[in-house]
Amino acid sequence: MTIISQQVKRNKTYEGILQGVLFLCGSLSVLTTLGIVVVLIFETIAFFREVSLLEFLTDSQWTPLFDDKHFGILSLLSGTFLTSMIAILVAMPVGLLSAIYLSEYASTKVRSWVKPTLEVLAGIPTVVYGYFALLFVTPLLQTFIPSLSGFNAFGPGIVMGIMIIPMVSSLSEDAMYAVPQRLREAACALGSSKLQVSLRVVVPAAFSGIAASFLLAISRAIGETMIVVIASGQQPRLTLNPLVPIETMTAYIVQVSMGDTPTGTIEYKTIFAVGMVLFLSTLILNLLSQWIRERFQEKYE
Amino acid sequence: MKPTHSEIQKLLAARQRIERIFKAVAVLTLVIAIGTLAVLLIDSLADGINRLSLQFLTSYPSRRPQQAGILSALVGTIYLMILTALLALPVGIGAAIYLEEYAKHHWFSRIIEVNISNLAGVPSIIYGLLGLELFVRTLGLDRSLLSGALTMSLLVLPIIIITVREALRAVPTSVREASYALGASRWQTIWHQVLPIAFPGILTGSILAFSRAIGEAAPLIMIGALTYIAFLPDSLLAPFSVLPIQIFNWVSRPQKGFAENAAAGIIVLLIVLLMMNAIAVYLRHRYQKKVYL
Repeated sequence: MTIISQQVKRNKTYEGILQGVLFLCGSLSVLTTLGIVVVLIFETIAFFREVSLLEFLTDSQWTPLFDDKHFGILSLLSGTFLTSMIAILVAMPVGLLSAIYLSEYASTKVRSWVKPTLEVLAGIPTVVYGYFALLFVTPLLQTFIPSLSGFNAFGPGIVMGIMIIPMVSSLSEDAMYAVPQRLREAACALGSSKLQVSLRVVVPAAFSGIAASFLLAISRAIGETMIVVIASGQQPRLTLNPLVPIETMTAYIVQVSMGDTPTGTIEYKTIFAVGMVLFLSTLILNLLSQWIRERFQEKYE
Repeated sequence: MKPTHSEIQKLLAARQRIERIFKAVAVLTLVIAIGTLAVLLIDSLADGINRLSLQFLTSYPSRRPQQAGILSALVGTIYLMILTALLALPVGIGAAIYLEEYAKHHWFSRIIEVNISNLAGVPSIIYGLLGLELFVRTLGLDRSLLSGALTMSLLVLPIIIITVREALRAVPTSVREASYALGASRWQTIWHQVLPIAFPGILTGSILAFSRAIGEAAPLIMIGALTYIAFLPDSLLAPFSVLPIQIFNWVSRPQKGFAENAAAGIIVLLIVLLMMNAIAVYLRHRYQKKVYL
């Protein structure tokens, strides 16, 4: 009897220790988030001790690496905005059309081939896309638009759009797939054509999922780094002209960290301040996307 | 007024025409999207195939494009991935087990869950900033293989946790109940029953997570992985380079010879990726049959 109860007791301690270790593993993800937030806040505060928030938000130039230093984030924001908008203008129609086609029109066999092939687009390393944007897409575009600069927002934006197509299409398709079959049947019974069913019943019913996928795709485009580092240039400027070299937030962070910038200098602090803006923009978009999906999801039954 | 028969016929014909046009447009967009993928692959293959040789695989980087090779980057990538796997897999699997088997409905697991889905959406370059400040500067690990592996571990952790949880969820509850009924403890149940069944799922999920990590360049540039390394890393604290960074370095040089090298590097990287995915598919296929027979 005592042997058994001893054994049980030992097992319990053992189980307790294991549970503790597993708990620590689980908390590490929370610690990662905390780490990111703390590091960003810490260095951003140090940055704003030297640069006023007003200058950061209103100056039209961004030149922390020159002698005449200006810290206007707007020029980096406009670069990021420009490339992401071009990307989303490519990914939105293509992604949505393929989602409708795959969910409503395609046979199971076509689906089982097309879906994984589309997913491959998302799995290709971004340096490869950068290479493609700089040495294939931009030269190709230059034959149509001779004024297009070798580094620009247009080519990389398009390539980035191609990269995020699978994100839009598979998330939207999941949402459409979740629309109950009887809604389609009811619409068909009222004499709707397939296109009418798709556009007037399925798409509106799946709207929350589709909108959420767009927001996630924008967030992804804002955070995308290597394509724009390679093919967009390193010239921060406040413009919406897609034909000239620009610089995005991500490209600036990479540019600084490729040089050996000592800790404590203002150049070093800028990358964290820019990182903070980047982190907040993607976080807000991600949260918004989750909120829309949960809040506006159509409930049946 | 009631429409006549011929009017209805006309309307129906118009409707069918629109239907056909829509279908054609949709198929065309899909073809363009997939066609781009094909063009991308063919383009890099055409540019780089001539440079691909044993000499390319076994040489160090060089200022002369014809003599440059990818050895240090390839070895760096392999070392980095092994190290990242050793760090991230135990922690990721542990976290997933905790969330799925211990604290499924606990408030803390809800927090972790929300947190993980948000972490998965954080741009990889932000992880680079964290790695730079935490591992490179604060812990003084410098621009080493270890700094890189730690940073990459944090990056892949959310993906691993998500996929492992899916694998654990796929194990039928009846298996757990049967085990408990025989007097097994919670951990015994997990270790002897749940994990073996979930193993193929965990394996394929992890391989897919790492095949994403292998193409990452941005966070490693942040923590200072070098582009010119004429030796192989011999310790955890040695500097290193990886394939995507070597490719990036070659792409950013103006000489044409380096563009060819970049294309050849891309071919090598894509082959590595293809192999990892093929292994994942093979394992899934093989074990799926075995377990549920």
